[in-house]
Amino acid sequence: MKFKRAILLAGLVVPVLAAPVLAHNFAIGKIAIGHPWTRETAATQSVGGGFLTIRNGGKAADRLLSASSPFAAEVQIHTMSMDGGVMKMRQLKDGIAIPAGQTVELKPGGLHIMFIGLKQPYKKGSQIPATLRFLKAGTVKVSFAVQPVGSAAPMEAGHAGH
Amino acid sequence: MPDIDEAPVGGIAAIRKLLWVMAAVAALLGGLLYFGLEGSGADNQAPVAAKLPFGGPFELIAADGSVLTEKNLAGKPYAIFFGFTRCPDVCPTTLSRMALWRKQLGKDGEKFNIVFVSVDPARDKPSDIGSYVELFDTPIIAATGTDAQLAQIRKGFGVYVKKVPLDPVNLGGDYTIDHTAGIFLMDAQGHLSSIIDHHESERTALEKLRMLVG
Repeated sequence: MKFKRAILLAGLVVPVLAAPVLAHNFAIGKIAIGHPWTRETAATQSVGGGFLTIRNGGKAADRLLSASSPFAAEVQIHTMSMDGGVMKMRQLKDGIAIPAGQTVELKPGGLHIMFIGLKQPYKKGSQIPATLRFLKAGTVKVSFAVQPVGSAAPMEAGHAGH
Repeated sequence: MPDIDEAPVGGIAAIRKLLWVMAAVAALLGGLLYFGLEGSGADNQAPVAAKLPFGGPFELIAADGSVLTEKNLAGKPYAIFFGFTRCPDVCPTTLSRMALWRKQLGKDGEKFNIVFVSVDPARDKPSDIGSYVELFDTPIIAATGTDAQLAQIRKGFGVYVKKVPLDPVNLGGDYTIDHTAGIFLMDAQGHLSSIIDHHESERTALEKLRMLVG
């Protein structure tokens, strides 16, 4: 009985405790970056989409200007939309505005980072290092967690094992 | 008091007449729009849409290099989706949703094939799409074709495809592809059963798939 309760408690407690440890966040100046993630890729696949949240805790607007990664020949910033049942993807040459006090989400179905010319397949469970450059906050090194291809949302701690 | 239409004040009579004409035109347009929408709505409402010519005949190149035609697929319903392996979002999302639906449908999930057609033959070789679909952990028939073969199947399914340069200045450089993102559900006879739109709820999608195999 005691043992059972211990398991139950562990199940309840671990995800809570683990969250601050495993959830990966990054910050530079007033910019806070939440859980960058990408999808695993096939051996012959040459691109991958990257997703993250960017919070601007400052009083001035900032802008994500560009990104780069040693694991891709090029990294671009894209937007995607559905127009009359047709998927359209476009590069955002000027990056993404991050208004003061707001959070911008790069997520499936919309804004995303595009890794082009992958140097090697992105393996589930690995991390893809990248650098993000902001107009005001400067550059910050982050890493994108590689999730299963079926992922539609970031897997934070506690979900990862399911 | 003369009838208002015959009022001697020509200006007002003309405006009245014009208003009547406008009302008549509006009613006519409204009627047309209503019936037009009814017609196009039939795809969503009635799963067994029509026995109109749709989809085939077509000929494609399967991932193993063999020929794939509508005749090879006949006898079992199939869900067909058009995309390309460099599509970072819609394609992996759709293919993994289909894999999930198949699992959720249990036995019914085994009663239809999933077909993925790459509309980017310049960059997706048959073997590339073969290894790409293996990611999704469920059997997926992957195919592509020559430009002429793809033009034929696109016409058959009414699939929109447009190459768009990623860099508007360097038109010869890397490109993306705007493409229709719906899933076409075809019955065992190769007729259109229904379409699952990209924004369709999981519940509706599952219902349409049950109709397809039922």
